[in-house]
Amino acid sequence: MLLITCPWCGPRDETEYHYGGQAHVPHPETPADLTDEQWAEYVFYRDNPKGPFAERWMHSTGCRRWFNVLRDTVNYEVLAAYRLDEPRPELPQAGGNR
Amino acid sequence: MAEPITALRTSPLAHLEERMRSATVTGARGVTLTEWPFVTMVNLRVDPASEAADRVEKALGAPLPRQCGDTAASGPHTVVWLGPDEWLVLSQAEETAVAAELREALGGDPGSVVDVSANRTTLELSGPAARQVLEKGCPLDLHPRVFGPGRAVSTTVGPIAVLLWQVDETPTYRLFPRSSFADHLARWLIDAMSEYRGPEVP
Repeated sequence: MLLITCPWCGPRDETEYHYGGQAHVPHPETPADLTDEQWAEYVFYRDNPKGPFAERWMHSTGCRRWFNVLRDTVNYEVLAAYRLDEPRPELPQAGGNR
Repeated sequence: MAEPITALRTSPLAHLEERMRSATVTGARGVTLTEWPFVTMVNLRVDPASEAADRVEKALGAPLPRQCGDTAASGPHTVVWLGPDEWLVLSQAEETAVAAELREALGGDPGSVVDVSANRTTLELSGPAARQVLEKGCPLDLHPRVFGPGRAVSTTVGPIAVLLWQVDETPTYRLFPRSSFADHLARWLIDAMSEYRGPEVP
């Protein structure tokens, strides 16, 4: 079980959260100009790194707010949790492929 | 004008009243379960840094809690923190009056005041064994060094999402599940309470 620290509520069990997939996927600036392939890329294609991965979580049984979590996909360690208006924190030891 | 509605309403746990009463355990490991139906609840959303929040605080007579777990009591109202810009006002006063008062305080500013009294019901779990009953299914640390009277958090008890508020040091907890989940939660609690009727198993 992961112990995730909600930026507003503090550390809570994983069962209180919902997973929201990869974070920092910007909506296309001109969606109308995209080809089907580019649109599919935006909608469906996600990174699958080995190592730190920024993903979205929502504290569904708590404050019901979305936030981002930096999680290591190898050992499942939760490296950081930060609000949506905060930038992705720099890790002291840059690992992974991002 | 409001009489016909209040006369017709039934609480989500009216059918379990007898079961809850007979589940009462007395003694050193005592625990009781009761429902407090029809508590006025108003959901409030407003930017805590705005002037509208100041006006709301004046109307309530208490500051809006700014931290997770904090509550503020004032007269008939208790304000519970739900999120960084969201609160639940629990009140003994009449629901339309509370909502109208808060809506007036909010004025035309961004935010919302919604009467959600029918959204949840209130279960009171009280007695020396109450914490042990909750600990069977609540992932939070409810030990007095962390959690105490006046603390309220949203969490889960068993599989049910509830707002959990500790009222006093008996300990007495009030659980606010959604109405449609109340039946399951009450039965879950009745089952969890049953072991305290017998002697403690070492």
